[in-house]
Amino acid sequence: MNATKVLLVDDEKPFVETMMKRLKKRSIDVTPAYNGEEALVCLKEKSDLEVVILDIKMPVMDGMTALKEIKSKFPLVEVIMLTGHATVETGIEGMKRGAFDYLMKPCDMDQLIAKVNDAAKRKRDHEEKIMEARMQAITLRRP
Amino acid sequence: MNAEKQHKYYQSLLRNIVLSILITAITPTVVVSIFILDAFRVSYEGKVYDHLEVLTRKHKRSIDIFLDEKLMDIRLLAKTNRFEELSDATILNQKFNELQRAFDRSFVDLGVVDHEGRQIAYAGPFELSNVNYAGAEWFEQAINKTFFISDVFKGLRGAPHFIVSVRQERNGDPWILRATIDFGEFNNLVEFLRIGETGFAFILNAAGEFQTNPIADVNADELMVFFKELGLAKQSHLVTQKRTPHGSEVIYALAPLRGGDWIMVIQQDAADAFSDFKKTQRIVLIFIVLASLGIIIASLIVSKRLVNRISQADKEKEKAIENKEMLSQQVIETGKLASVGELAAGIAHEINNPVAIMIEEAGWIQDLLEDEEFGGSENLEEFTRALNQIQTQGRRCKEITHKLLSFARKTDSRIVEIPIAEMLNEIAYLSSQRAKYSNINIQTRFEEDLPPIPASETEMQQVMLNLVNNALDAMEKSGGNITLGAERNGDDILLTVVDDGPGIASANLARVFDPFYTTKPVGKGTGLGLSICYGIIKKIGGDIHVRSKKGEGATFEIRIPVPRASASSEAETDGEPAPQVSVDPGIQRDEA
Repeated sequence: MNATKVLLVDDEKPFVETMMKRLKKRSIDVTPAYNGEEALVCLKEKSDLEVVILDIKMPVMDGMTALKEIKSKFPLVEVIMLTGHATVETGIEGMKRGAFDYLMKPCDMDQLIAKVNDAAKRKRDHEEKIMEARMQAITLRRP
Repeated sequence: MNAEKQHKYYQSLLRNIVLSILITAITPTVVVSIFILDAFRVSYEGKVYDHLEVLTRKHKRSIDIFLDEKLMDIRLLAKTNRFEELSDATILNQKFNELQRAFDRSFVDLGVVDHEGRQIAYAGPFELSNVNYAGAEWFEQAINKTFFISDVFKGLRGAPHFIVSVRQERNGDPWILRATIDFGEFNNLVEFLRIGETGFAFILNAAGEFQTNPIADVNADELMVFFKELGLAKQSHLVTQKRTPHGSEVIYALAPLRGGDWIMVIQQDAADAFSDFKKTQRIVLIFIVLASLGIIIASLIVSKRLVNRISQADKEKEKAIENKEMLSQQVIETGKLASVGELAAGIAHEINNPVAIMIEEAGWIQDLLEDEEFGGSENLEEFTRALNQIQTQGRRCKEITHKLLSFARKTDSRIVEIPIAEMLNEIAYLSSQRAKYSNINIQTRFEEDLPPIPASETEMQQVMLNLVNNALDAMEKSGGNITLGAERNGDDILLTVVDDGPGIASANLARVFDPFYTTKPVGKGTGLGLSICYGIIKKIGGDIHVRSKKGEGATFEIRIPVPRASASSEAETDGEPAPQVSVDPGIQRDEA
């Protein structure tokens, strides 16, 4: 199984860098982004990104706006919201808008890894199902 | 404004209102009454005068007619008979009898007197034949006048009478036919005239002698002087008023008789003449007095009520202003709290990020240490311990910020099941910092297996914090102990906040839950804290009480009913009385 490809979006550079290292050590391929807009650019450039870990409070484009954009432009990409305690409701709100799950900062590494993997699995399942549907469609067209 | 000043203000207000009403109501009443009364007096006086005048004229005429009649009779007799005939006593007697028959004895006697004064013939009851009248006053006048009516006099017969005579001439010498008129009949014409209770009439001659008998005492001389002053002679009649020496007013109606030789007088006491008017005047005066009294009483009552209303309204206004100040104070406090909350939330959030980074960095080092290269390092154990410590402390920071954030955000009034022990510990923890500075020890003490209470978490927290804060305020200077307790009491849960501070004065005890009641210095308390607590507890069907004595601390008891179902279920087990944190000083009790 290929390493899960994650886009980590947070405006705190040291946080992103350390997190990248720790995730990489756990066989997760991380691409960093420091705000919502950058995240969208990355997603466009790297179509193999599977999971986005998205902070909510960010400059330029905040997490909620970014989530909306991601979900409309890259519906298959799964998003895990990362929130401070003050914005638990925002995390829940995010899930209502299509986020896979939310986590509270600072977060437990094992929990994060588990959620990332779950998200990636779901994405792959979705893709598989879509693929199957397409295959079926093709098969049906060629009797 | 102090009470006395206020009292004075309302007194003067009352006085002014009463005066204004009296002036505007009584003045016109009095003025109109006086005006009407005066107009009435003038017209009544006119009526009385007119009445007397008419009476006078009427009587004057009847007297004139009486006298003229007598004169005409004599004249007729003198004209139709010659001197010789009349000188004959027999004929004269015959004529006299005819007269008497015709005039009902008005004539007393009849006589013929020659120019020398001798009575040549006489017919009548007295022995007056050949009497010589020369030198008699009446004769001197009668012989010189064609007609003559004398004053009343006693004359030779010694009884009051008067003489009517007609002068004739014979051979150049005058002679007169004279008749004596019965005084009684003449007197009756006047004497029986009565007006009211005191009015009567009489006749005076020019010398001021009575020609009739007045029925009451009359000072004729004095009257004559008065009449002369009036210049009666020039007028046909006169009605006037004069004050007598006794002080009473008398009305005189006068008319000259016999061309001014006599004066007919009708006199009546003014008091009698005006008795009806006086009666009316009295009634009007009584009416005015009663009306004025009515107005005064009404104005007093109305003014008093008005002033009471005004003072009531003023008080309400003052209260309203006070309340408004209190409320605006409360709004400011709330605003302050809100901004402090926001600030705390912001800071907590900002701290959260660096803490997260620290924890991640520590995690990264831990990750690296797990690599084999470091496996044999002898300090590995120490590194791991230090990293664990960093993570533990980081998590502690996280807890603190989370608690701060959650407290700032809680405004939820949904009823939930609140675990009692957890709540009490949280309150004790939140207050512990402040308590520490005031040297106050905060403890929690609760039974095991207490059921959760159904209430809003935020509101319960607010109630407990309020009570604890009040206790902290009270003990700020003295320090002491605050115990938060919870126990079962039948089906209820009894929460207690007990302190050993200065206590509450018994006078204030009954009012601590009143809104806006506070004993804290101005600006320090809104007086709303305990009333809000009271409202919250009542809302969930509970009860809140306070027990306290000055100098012996205070105990607030909150009784909250717990439904049986949940009463048997859950249990918070924080163990037995769990002393928690603290210490703090503080005086100045002010629970409200």
